[in-house]
Amino acid sequence: MANNKSSLISEKRTKALLTLVLTIVSIIYVLPVVAVVVNSFKRNTFVKTETFALPSEQSYAGFDNFIKGMTFGNYPFSSSVLYSVIITVLSTSLILIFCSMAAWYIARVNSKFCKIVYFLCVFSMVVPFQMVMFTLSKTADSLKLNTPWTIPIVYLGFGAGLAIFMFVGFVKSIPLEIEEAAAIDGCGPIRTFFSVVLPMLKPTLISVGILEIMWVWNDYLLPVLVLDVNEYRTIPIHIQYLKGSYGTVDLGATMALILLSIIPVIVFYLAAQKHIIKGVAAGAVKG
Amino acid sequence: MAKTASNDSSIKRSTRRWAWLFMGPVISAFCIGFVWPFFQGIYLSFCKFRLTSDATFIGVDNYQAALTDASFQHSFWYTALTAVVSLVLINILAFTVAYVLTQKIKGANLFRTVFFMPNLIGGIVLGYIWSMIFDGILAAYSTSILLETSYGFWGLIILLCWQQIGYMMIIYIAGLQAVPEDMLEAAKIDGASKWQTLFRVIIPNVMPSITICMFLSLTNGFKLFDQNLALTGGLPYIIQADGSTINTTEMLALNIYNTFYTAGAGSRGVAQAKAVVFFLLVAGLGLAQLAYTRRREVQQ
Repeated sequence: MANNKSSLISEKRTKALLTLVLTIVSIIYVLPVVAVVVNSFKRNTFVKTETFALPSEQSYAGFDNFIKGMTFGNYPFSSSVLYSVIITVLSTSLILIFCSMAAWYIARVNSKFCKIVYFLCVFSMVVPFQMVMFTLSKTADSLKLNTPWTIPIVYLGFGAGLAIFMFVGFVKSIPLEIEEAAAIDGCGPIRTFFSVVLPMLKPTLISVGILEIMWVWNDYLLPVLVLDVNEYRTIPIHIQYLKGSYGTVDLGATMALILLSIIPVIVFYLAAQKHIIKGVAAGAVKG
Repeated sequence: MAKTASNDSSIKRSTRRWAWLFMGPVISAFCIGFVWPFFQGIYLSFCKFRLTSDATFIGVDNYQAALTDASFQHSFWYTALTAVVSLVLINILAFTVAYVLTQKIKGANLFRTVFFMPNLIGGIVLGYIWSMIFDGILAAYSTSILLETSYGFWGLIILLCWQQIGYMMIIYIAGLQAVPEDMLEAAKIDGASKWQTLFRVIIPNVMPSITICMFLSLTNGFKLFDQNLALTGGLPYIIQADGSTINTTEMLALNIYNTFYTAGAGSRGVAQAKAVVFFLLVAGLGLAQLAYTRRREVQQ
């Protein structure tokens, strides 16, 4: 009995210790983001020499970096934000609508043709982007898919694999009887899909949607190769070009833009954390 | 029975009439975005070309040039090293954190939120955040992450751990929560120590999660591009006896990119051949590891 009690106390102690260790690790974990915040308020020359110091009277730049950052690199930051939003919203919507439709068709009709398409989709998940990047960018160019309004078609094509794979897995778990009942009640395939199947797909739609948003929003290589970068830049392209094309970089302004670009991501994360973590865990099956 | 069968096929028949609507958009986009570029890419790897329209067939010369290219070989070994070191570190740390967080610790949700957060930040932005931090530290010793290969290597490893531990942790937590409670209870009654329970009961049970995480971190490591480009961009470089240069922290994906776009249009055939080799490598590795860990799962 006494033994049991002492082991309980020691277990409590271990847990308190673990909480302490995790707290310290968590603080270290957010430090890089804190460093971005702090340095976005410093004058350029001080970012490199006093990276980890709080802004002093000398180094404090107020909101200068943010104001400068807006037109930094001869390209308005607001346009980058706008294009990133357009491309992400359009691509994700296209992928969700068309891939869920195709996945339902594949799972239900299950003909030889469907099996070939499904196999190709799964196969495309193990193909790295470098394999197709040159030919894909040339194909997209010749089909005029090089604007923010048309590049979503390229995303639909290259991103179809994972989305169809996930949707087919879920559709197969829906009992067929529900759709049979709808058919008996006189629903055609289109109504069956949109008013019976699609509402049931909601959890998967959210998971896939989150995965696609995270992919498209952060993607750098596909848009930089496909879009005409003098005219259209997404946020990652904008940030890469700040450093890429100039010998001396204004680190203060760069940090200000990085801060502006991660604020929406963190807000999105805190608002939809549960869905995001679930979506990511569901997408882990991908290759 | 016969009735449902005929019913079933009549639904199928009426659905098939709408194939163009359900399948049409995805198939056309899939052909543009994947199927055509993929097969054209394979064809072009056997050609000399500057644009896709001026290709002339030259056989396996591109592959010969690619495989004997010193910078490609270097980037292969550098990538393999990065992938393996990051795989080991990320998985050990992520499993440890997940294990601790499932021990009914106070504030577990808050810790989970914090550890997962870096995963949402894009690779390019991550690279610049960390290059600022490393240069801030190294400035005190008047050097930079761009000046020393080992700094670039460990810098990338630290960045990858920061980014991916939270992701793998989520998968491990899901696995750990699925370990049957009665098994743990039985182990306790039989007097198993914490370590025995961990290695004999818990780890065999979360083997599927371990499979997924190892598979993911290995392929992530091999496919890495954005972080590599933004953190060091391949620097520093060394000049070889024959005048060619090797970027010492350049990984495979970046090496292929540079061969395509910065080495001049004349080397595009070689770049495409490298891309095919890269594809075979990534696909093969993934399948091999999956097969291996699946077999172990069955044994246990």
